[in-house]
Amino acid sequence: MSVFEGFRFRRVSSSIHRLDPRVKFLYVLVIFGIAIAFFEVLPLIFLFLIQIPFVLVASVQREWIRSLKGASFLASFIFIVNFALAYFGGTYPTSMSPWEYPLAMSLRFLVLVESFSVFFLTTSPDHLSLALEQSHVPYEFCFAFTTAVRFVPVLAEEAQTIMDAQKARGLELERGNFLKRVRNYIPVLIPLIVSAIRRSLELAETMESRAWGATKKRTNLYVLKMKSADYVMIAVSIGLLILGIYIRLSISIPSLTMLLT
Amino acid sequence: MIEVKDVRFIYPTGVEALRGVSLTIRDGEFVAIMGSNGAGKTTLVKHFNGLLKPTKGDILVDGVNTRKESIAHLARRVGFVFQNPDHQLFCETAEEEIAFALKNFGFDEATVGTRANWALNLLDIEQYRQTSPFMLSGGERKRLALASVLAWDPKVVVLDEPTIGQDFEQKEKLRQFIVQLNAQGKTVVVVTHDVEFVADCAPRVVLMAEGKIVADGEAKEILTNKELAFKASIVPPQITQILLGLADFGLPTDIIDVHEAGKLLLSFLKEEVVL
Repeated sequence: MSVFEGFRFRRVSSSIHRLDPRVKFLYVLVIFGIAIAFFEVLPLIFLFLIQIPFVLVASVQREWIRSLKGASFLASFIFIVNFALAYFGGTYPTSMSPWEYPLAMSLRFLVLVESFSVFFLTTSPDHLSLALEQSHVPYEFCFAFTTAVRFVPVLAEEAQTIMDAQKARGLELERGNFLKRVRNYIPVLIPLIVSAIRRSLELAETMESRAWGATKKRTNLYVLKMKSADYVMIAVSIGLLILGIYIRLSISIPSLTMLLT
Repeated sequence: MIEVKDVRFIYPTGVEALRGVSLTIRDGEFVAIMGSNGAGKTTLVKHFNGLLKPTKGDILVDGVNTRKESIAHLARRVGFVFQNPDHQLFCETAEEEIAFALKNFGFDEATVGTRANWALNLLDIEQYRQTSPFMLSGGERKRLALASVLAWDPKVVVLDEPTIGQDFEQKEKLRQFIVQLNAQGKTVVVVTHDVEFVADCAPRVVLMAEGKIVADGEAKEILTNKELAFKASIVPPQITQILLGLADFGLPTDIIDVHEAGKLLLSFLKEEVVL
């Protein structure tokens, strides 16, 4: 469950938390785009490192490390699969050793996890909903989206309790071959799904009893407004994007293999 | 027998839930663990069947350190009934629900059948043998959850908040059942806030506050102690509160039994009226 921990918002105040969520999302998209554009190790390491100051300023390093730990399993899986393909299939750029391209792929994955983790760790669900609404997304969709985000940690906690309850009845989740292990999760999944459905029905009832959807045109108590820090952040993001595109198009990046030999 | 030796427990989130707890529960004892929300009651009992392992200190169940045993092995000795039966029920019929744990523990087919029968009868739910657990009422689900644990006959039964959301009749049934279970020699551990329930059962009471044990003794002496109750944010039983209020008249205040208090008050009133 540690992966979920890495995306769970905590109410703290920092200059990163106060940034406009739309601006933060733009930044995440820029990082995303640049990470996809490069398959060399060096720029990806650079992308990974430039986000660390954000993490430190927002003081979410503990959660951030947890999300990376959670992602490291999948990252090593990506590395192994790509390495096997590169080594046995010979499908990798000629300027690199067979290990470099797989390394870049898992780094790329880590950069993506890292940026989304920073975004979700520093953006409250309320802000996210506001950002969606002010981008003219219909309110029903915004609400469904934020509710889903908000209930992930609740469900994770509930799954843990259910696992405990079934373990106390002698269920051994880690036993048997792969198929048996998948089947072991049925006693966990059924109560979880039933309770999620029950919970959503209850939520619908409590919302309707508070006149949800009574007025077509909603107004908000808080309205998002761009501040000077937001404009700086937009400039930084666009600068990064231009830099990324420029480097991609006109500079040939040396591979680690070339640097090392 | 469960031995808790200076146990500390820190959750991965950094919350220190237990700050040095030592406790011995002997065979055949009836123990109620009480205390406010977040005092560490549930955290403590989750150590008894190995669901949690202590950060520091040791827990011995029948002399076996819980660090060295799997949960499944420990669960065979220590049955745990969770607060919310909906967290464990998932089978198509009540009978299968009971058989689930028995099969996990490797009982043979014939034994699974007889034990399931026995447990269904014990908790008075044999008429729901073929009913889906999701169709049962709250009280029945609770009893089914209890039956599914008792079926494998663990030496120790831990019940987490058994009285929550139960009406008076269900609660009374449950109380009688638990007392009977204990009388038959089972070690019973109950985690609860329900002061009246504890007063009726009169077990040994372990009072917790902020991850520590603040008192340990007879229900009668602990539930009637105002300072202790305040510390662990519980209130003495209503009948004790009356007697505490009348303390100036020289009435005893260490009574939690309603019948006993009734007799006492009656004789007190008679004396007053006669005088």
